[in-house]
Amino acid sequence: MKRLLFAVLFFAILTGIWEWAYRAKIWSPVLLPAPQQVGEYLKTAAEDGTLYHATIITLRRLITGYVIGLVFGVPLGFLTARSRVAHDTIGTLALGLQTLPSVCWVPLALLWFGQTEAAMLFVVVMGTLWSVVIATDNGVRNVPPIYRRAALTMGSKRLHMWFKVIFPAALPFIVSGMKQGWAFAWRSLMAAEIFVSILTGFGLGQLLHYGRELSAMDQVIGIMFVIVVIGLLADKIFFSPVETLLHRRWGTSA
Amino acid sequence: MIGQHDHASALAEELQVIAPSKLSIENVSKSFRSRAGQVQALDRVSLNVAEGEFVCLVGASGCGKSTLLNIIAGLEKPDAGRVLADGKLVTSPGRQRLVMFQESALFPWLNVLGNVLFGLKLKPHLTKKDRLDVARYYLELVGLTRFERANVHELSGGMKQRVALARALAPNPRVLLMDEPFAALDALTREQLYGDLQQIWESRRKTIVFVTHNVREAVCLGDRVVLFSPHPGRIKEQFGIDLPRPRDINSVDLAEYSSEITRALKGFTNDQLAYA
Repeated sequence: MKRLLFAVLFFAILTGIWEWAYRAKIWSPVLLPAPQQVGEYLKTAAEDGTLYHATIITLRRLITGYVIGLVFGVPLGFLTARSRVAHDTIGTLALGLQTLPSVCWVPLALLWFGQTEAAMLFVVVMGTLWSVVIATDNGVRNVPPIYRRAALTMGSKRLHMWFKVIFPAALPFIVSGMKQGWAFAWRSLMAAEIFVSILTGFGLGQLLHYGRELSAMDQVIGIMFVIVVIGLLADKIFFSPVETLLHRRWGTSA
Repeated sequence: MIGQHDHASALAEELQVIAPSKLSIENVSKSFRSRAGQVQALDRVSLNVAEGEFVCLVGASGCGKSTLLNIIAGLEKPDAGRVLADGKLVTSPGRQRLVMFQESALFPWLNVLGNVLFGLKLKPHLTKKDRLDVARYYLELVGLTRFERANVHELSGGMKQRVALARALAPNPRVLLMDEPFAALDALTREQLYGDLQQIWESRRKTIVFVTHNVREAVCLGDRVVLFSPHPGRIKEQFGIDLPRPRDINSVDLAEYSSEITRALKGFTNDQLAYA
């Protein structure tokens, strides 16, 4: 309760400073709208459904691409951890491509797929995949051999070993890879949406882009606010509980 | 009613004391490549272990006693020679021969009960209820009933090894292989576990091969103490321990045996050093 109070107070003060800066006319009101104007934009956009549709479209792109990235990334990571050939080939490729900022996939995706949903999906998958491959590979390599040996003597082998021993033992690594993959995917999708208008749907990035075109600063800041909130919610609703659970089980402090 | 009866009989069958195995180790050799070159961990080691016997393998570190244990478990393959369990060649690990390691090797993603259930879930003929009952039976045997929901990291070192013991006993193996299971524990906890282990061994009748570098521990637990000499690992001498059970590690008789064996151990270890 006390923590919540402090948090609320902190953000209230932040908004207060913003309001003050607006009233003091430090910057032109075109560049810095009042908090209230941003609030009004969000209210209108929420009421006429723009915000809702854009959020749905963006999240659909993000989640589809992310899930595809996970579905391929985790098994690929297992493969590179177990096979030396796969490690030297796919593993090296993953390491290289992971260092590539995922925005750099946008031009290539545009040329390959044109201004389509496929281009968006491709960018998100590329953002997710390599982080997940590397984290899974790393996690599997870090499973203490004694777990395997203990499980072997109890009659565990092959698939049972993978699903009931190696996977859960590597889970802390895999989850941190998933978190990183999520962050990369989210960033690259925003970049792609800002760069590319796609007629099949306007996402949040596109709303941001048109806000700039129209010099509608209330829209730009409003959408940025929504993007931040989505990022926060993903962390609080999905990643934080999983991490807390893992920390509690493993006895590692959060 | 019928279901209940079936459950009871399946459970009784699962919990019954089964015949322990006879082990024969025949001319087993094993070498490793290390930075210092080829290391002969075991050199033509032969050893017979009777059904239900408690044998302790003692020696300085690097004498190959843990390697021998791994070979008996089927976790490693000998370069030459073979291991037979009840006349059958050991080629791979199997739940007739369960291993308890020095570190507990408990799985941190499972709680205490989950760990004990792990091996039981690999026995397909058991129902869920059977498994739970068997797991709880062994948790009670090691005195940890209250901790079945605890996470592994919340347990003390001694409790972890108790869980590991319950986990190794639960699938009802014929052989228990123990690789310095108490080495990392404090003296008081260790003494308590000596008592518990002797008691469990008497009630469950397992063949136990127990690796340790602690002579007193070996004398306290074993029917027989087998001394290993290092480089290359060979069996040097064997001692039958003819003391009544349960044995107290602090008793005078036990101390006499221990000092005799320690003298023997020092004798050939010093020879080794003189040669080296």
